[in-house]
Amino acid sequence: MDNNGYSADSSPLPPPALRWLPVWRRNYRVWLKLVGPALMGNFGEPLLYLLALGYGLGTFVGTIGHLPYLVFLASGMVCSSAMNTASFEGLYSAFTRMDVQKTWDAMLTTPLSVPDIVLGEAIWAATKGLISSTAIMVVAALLGAVADWWALLALPVIFLTGFCFAAMALVVTAVARNYDFFMYYNTLLMTPMMLIGSVFFPLQEMPAAIQWLAWSLPLIHTVELVRPLMTGLPLEQIWLHLLVLAGYSAAFLALAIRLCERRLLA
Amino acid sequence: MPATVINANRLTKRYGVHTVLDAVDVEVQAGECWGLLGPNGAGKTTLLRMVIGATPPSLGQLQVLGYPIPAQATSMRRRIGVVPQKDNLDPDFTVVENLRTYASYFGLKGPVLERRLEELLAFAALESRRNAPISTLSGGMQRRLSLIRALLNEPELLILDEPTTGLDPQARQVLWQRLRALRGRGMTLVLTTHYMEEAQRLCDRVTILDQGRILETGPPQELIRKYIEPQVVEVYGVGLDDWHRTVAASLVERSERVGETMFYYAHDERALLAALNQQPELTYLHRPANLEDVFVKLTGRELRDGQ
Ligand SMILES: Nc1ncnc2c1ncn2[C@@H]1O[C@H](COP(=O)(O)OP(=O)(O)OP(=O)(O)O)[C@@H](O)[C@H]1O
Ligand SMILES: [Mg+2]
Repeated sequence: MDNNGYSADSSPLPPPALRWLPVWRRNYRVWLKLVGPALMGNFGEPLLYLLALGYGLGTFVGTIGHLPYLVFLASGMVCSSAMNTASFEGLYSAFTRMDVQKTWDAMLTTPLSVPDIVLGEAIWAATKGLISSTAIMVVAALLGAVADWWALLALPVIFLTGFCFAAMALVVTAVARNYDFFMYYNTLLMTPMMLIGSVFFPLQEMPAAIQWLAWSLPLIHTVELVRPLMTGLPLEQIWLHLLVLAGYSAAFLALAIRLCERRLLA
Repeated sequence: MPATVINANRLTKRYGVHTVLDAVDVEVQAGECWGLLGPNGAGKTTLLRMVIGATPPSLGQLQVLGYPIPAQATSMRRRIGVVPQKDNLDPDFTVVENLRTYASYFGLKGPVLERRLEELLAFAALESRRNAPISTLSGGMQRRLSLIRALLNEPELLILDEPTTGLDPQARQVLWQRLRALRGRGMTLVLTTHYMEEAQRLCDRVTILDQGRILETGPPQELIRKYIEPQVVEVYGVGLDDWHRTVAASLVERSERVGETMFYYAHDERALLAALNQQPELTYLHRPANLEDVFVKLTGRELRDGQ
């Protein structure tokens, strides 16, 4: 007997390249249910931080380069927020769906496959990163910390950044036994990356080894693109920065898919 | 022409040194209800996961609806429905949101989906709960929701892993009735269960699996005739051992002690029953042989997943 023995049917599946979309949409629908508190956090938190640190700390720091500290910090926080939000989604939320709720197992009883799920999760986490970074940018603009409309060009960079960190987080999730495991990743990688990522203060004053380390990680490349776009400073080495972000994204996405397949299809 | 829906040839699954399925052959025909029975840890879920492409065989060949598995599992899964052993409904969604979301994984939408949603909610008697969060549903309702979720894509083959475990007798009856209705429409059913009565009632054929090996396959009544004397009397009470030794042992073909109960198997049980009526301190139950007797005879009495 072959496939033709059965009615050609069936459901109008999306083409394989778009099968991540229902995964993304599932997460989006859940997010919509709590959109009020979510957006409140997205706008409220950065507003408090920018006011407190930007003005409070700013009076001591003055300017960095030619930028008032508030302006320097706002562009940094746009970047770190994309990283943190996408990472959290790719770690804790994705782990909940994978291990606790078995949402992925349910998806795997349908025509969806592991690559569809991992890609959908990564694009969703990138979307959440984009939402939180956009909120910060809006707050920053209201506080006068954004130069002009060219800042909108930072958004695709932000999205790519979110995707990159989501892919990295999903690799960790794929091998995690429990939530506590994520503390290693946060403490050993995420927090140091943020502290040496030129988010709160510039890198120039740091020892060479630390600078070398920072440049080998993705976050500073985001900052090097987003800060000029938001403040009107000249952009340099655009392609290098984009290449690092894209390279990390592709490598870790492929790894995340492999590790998730190993875990889920055992 | 009856088509073969599942065709498994010498399927083997190893986890490390542990062989969970050992050269299993399965053939399921279109339109039949096939039951997979076996003690805890026998490999039932593993076999079903293999059938849906959720785990690759270590050895052997597998075809489902004509598709080679796992190579073309995603295409095959458009045409099957799966009710997993443990419900994995989406706790973030209501009943109807669960159905819509799952339907989206098949690309179902529009009027076709709306019509199916209404039909299925009615089929599962969940219309009045359509907007209820999952956490407010009873176990039976959740199981019924899992069932209709698996029916959204109008599957040709429905796979159910312990569909009635944990349900009360009424809820189980309701589910049985629904499954019989589906079979009446020509759907092929594959189910696992620990309830032999359920298998005996629902399944055209059952396979008994133990420690990854198939012990027997056949229609329940045939297996009962093949392995068990038609009459069974279960006896327990004070003085059972003495009475067994001095009276009962010679009155029947076969007997077996399990815990504090004696099982007597016979073609003619009349002498035994007459003797029992002289023993008011013994309690007994007389019944026809059933699939559970076959199951226990083939798989033994001890715990299979005990260490
Ligand atoms: N991913 C895995 N890794 C290692 N061992 C596994 C894995 N999955 C299942 N097993 C083992 O395979 C054996 C069969 O398990 P399976 O879940 O298929 O049994 P089952 O017949 O469905 O049992 P139950 O009736 O309890 O549901 C068990 O010993 C189990 O521990
Ligand atoms: Mg099982």
